[in-house]
Amino acid sequence: MSDTSRGHRELAPALPLALLFVVAFVLPLIALVAISLYRTPEFLDLSPVQYLRFLRDPFSLRVLADTVMLGLEVALCTLVLGYPLALVYAASGTILRIALTFLILLPLLTSTVVRTFAWIVILGRDGIVNATMLSLGLWDSPARLLYSWGGLVLALTQIQLPLMALPLINSLLRLDGNLAKAAEGLGAGRFRVFFTVILPLTLPGAIAGGLLVFAAAATAFITQTLVGGGRIILMPSYIYQQSMGVQDWPFAAALSLIFTAAVIGIVTAIGALSRLATRGQHAA
Amino acid sequence: MSSSAIRMQTAAAAPEARGCALALAGIGHSFGGTIALDAIDLTVAPGELIALLGPSGCGKTTLLQIIAGFLQPSRGSVAFDGLRVDHTPANRRRIGMVFQNYALFPHLTVAENVAYGLRARQAPRAMIQSRVAEMLARVQMTAFGARFPRQLSGGQQQRVALARALAIDPVLVLLDEPFSALDKNLRLDMQIEIKSLLKSCGVTSIIVTHDQEEALSMADRIVVLNKGRIEQIDTPDALYDAPASLFVNGFIGHANFLEGRTTDPRGHVALAAGGTLALPQAGQRPAGTEITVSIRPENLTLSAGDAPGAIPTTIRVVMPLGAVSVIECVMASGESVKVSQSRAAWSGQPGVPAWLGITDITKVHVFDAPAGSPSITRP
Repeated sequence: MSDTSRGHRELAPALPLALLFVVAFVLPLIALVAISLYRTPEFLDLSPVQYLRFLRDPFSLRVLADTVMLGLEVALCTLVLGYPLALVYAASGTILRIALTFLILLPLLTSTVVRTFAWIVILGRDGIVNATMLSLGLWDSPARLLYSWGGLVLALTQIQLPLMALPLINSLLRLDGNLAKAAEGLGAGRFRVFFTVILPLTLPGAIAGGLLVFAAAATAFITQTLVGGGRIILMPSYIYQQSMGVQDWPFAAALSLIFTAAVIGIVTAIGALSRLATRGQHAA
Repeated sequence: MSSSAIRMQTAAAAPEARGCALALAGIGHSFGGTIALDAIDLTVAPGELIALLGPSGCGKTTLLQIIAGFLQPSRGSVAFDGLRVDHTPANRRRIGMVFQNYALFPHLTVAENVAYGLRARQAPRAMIQSRVAEMLARVQMTAFGARFPRQLSGGQQQRVALARALAIDPVLVLLDEPFSALDKNLRLDMQIEIKSLLKSCGVTSIIVTHDQEEALSMADRIVVLNKGRIEQIDTPDALYDAPASLFVNGFIGHANFLEGRTTDPRGHVALAAGGTLALPQAGQRPAGTEITVSIRPENLTLSAGDAPGAIPTTIRVVMPLGAVSVIECVMASGESVKVSQSRAAWSGQPGVPAWLGITDITKVHVFDAPAGSPSITRP
């Protein structure tokens, strides 16, 4: 028996999944590429005109930039909130850890739609925040929190926080506790210990969480639409509008591919940066 | 900050700078309901090298954490040079700590590791550079400054850990089981090297270990801990020659324990193994007191014939170990006894009967039977 045939036999159990992958992902992707190369919505003439149209249109470029910015901002917010949470988790005893695990995982067990509607209740014109601030007399009139950029970042931060907290906790728990003690013993205060020892050594976890949050927040169609409303146009809703609304399938296909390429590009770039930053730990 | 920088500079000029005096008073600590440490009193002179020795779970690591300031004791106080530091956090105690796993920062180079404490104290850049170079030279690691810790061997990592601890010109150096991760051949070399380095710096040092040989070879004085209490504080020689308790006697070096009973208050002892000994150190006890007689292997000799005061025994195993032979014998009572003597002086074979003689009766120790508290009578 040759090595190749043995290799083929070992791959056999993966065949059903591979077939599903081809039918449900590879074929549609090929179709998407094909559709994006038509010149008109009526599928006439092959030409790269849709891509040129995107690159020449300031509005489309702006939508892409906003979407990328949203992903980065949410990733940064989850990072800033995730570290204290992970540090508290790593420092707590068994019972508190169980409670925290439950609290961190709970949002993942509820549907995104439910979590998004909760934010609508909180941020709405007659929502909890406005009602509280008005009744305390701190605000004269209800502030527009819903359908605002800040509200969208806030909602996505809460919804995506578990994706950041879990990898962070994982890398903090694997960190040798003596390292922080060694730094402290050498005279470092809490902030110095965090920024010179804990942060650099848990950076791989932070990057992993950041990539997950970035990808999830940039593509969060439901939350972007419900909390952002019609005023904030981002790539997912732009694609939806061009395909389902305007019925311009070639342009929508080109938008999808450009967006996918942009997300993959940024994820790769951040990954490469993190490998550069942590090269000492992996040096042979 | 500035005062410590000045101190470091003066220390660099005068390598005989002395460490601090350490005083522990009534230190006690409990984890949950369990008492880990109880009534620990200890004074250490400047420049002294002290070993905290005891079996695992005796509280020695807990005590080290308390001195370092990582753990707040339930009771008692810690003082450096007469000043209480109970409320001084670990990062203000100026202690150089060497961890069991060295705890070198894996993302920093050797030189950056050594510089860490100086940077944390915001020492001037030029001073950091010269101090790092000086410390690396002292531990013979100058050529390794640009390497990362994982590129070093265990012994090299330990040198860097020591250089990092000494770079801040500490008043006290704490070493937690520093040799346990090294293989046996390297261990003795590192013990010699580190002892001479600590002595040349003149810094007060405390080394935690469960290895009695390590404690005996490194320390000026040894603190023997057992179940959270101090059994004895003494020089290595005194611990060996005059153990204060049965525990210390058994823990430091090898000792043979024989059960016996006094036959009169003048110190005559009938051994369970047979034979009678005249031991002045067993005196002052009423006739019929149960006691344990401790005799070191090197204080015993074997002979083929009976002699006055000799104890009958049977040879079980003969182990020639170079210059000396260790011979294990079985007594009539079932107790086993090890004898260490010159290889030329004994050529008997296993299974033959023999007689045990004691070479120096003053080096025999007598303890009240272990059932009671390990109180003692010294010779």
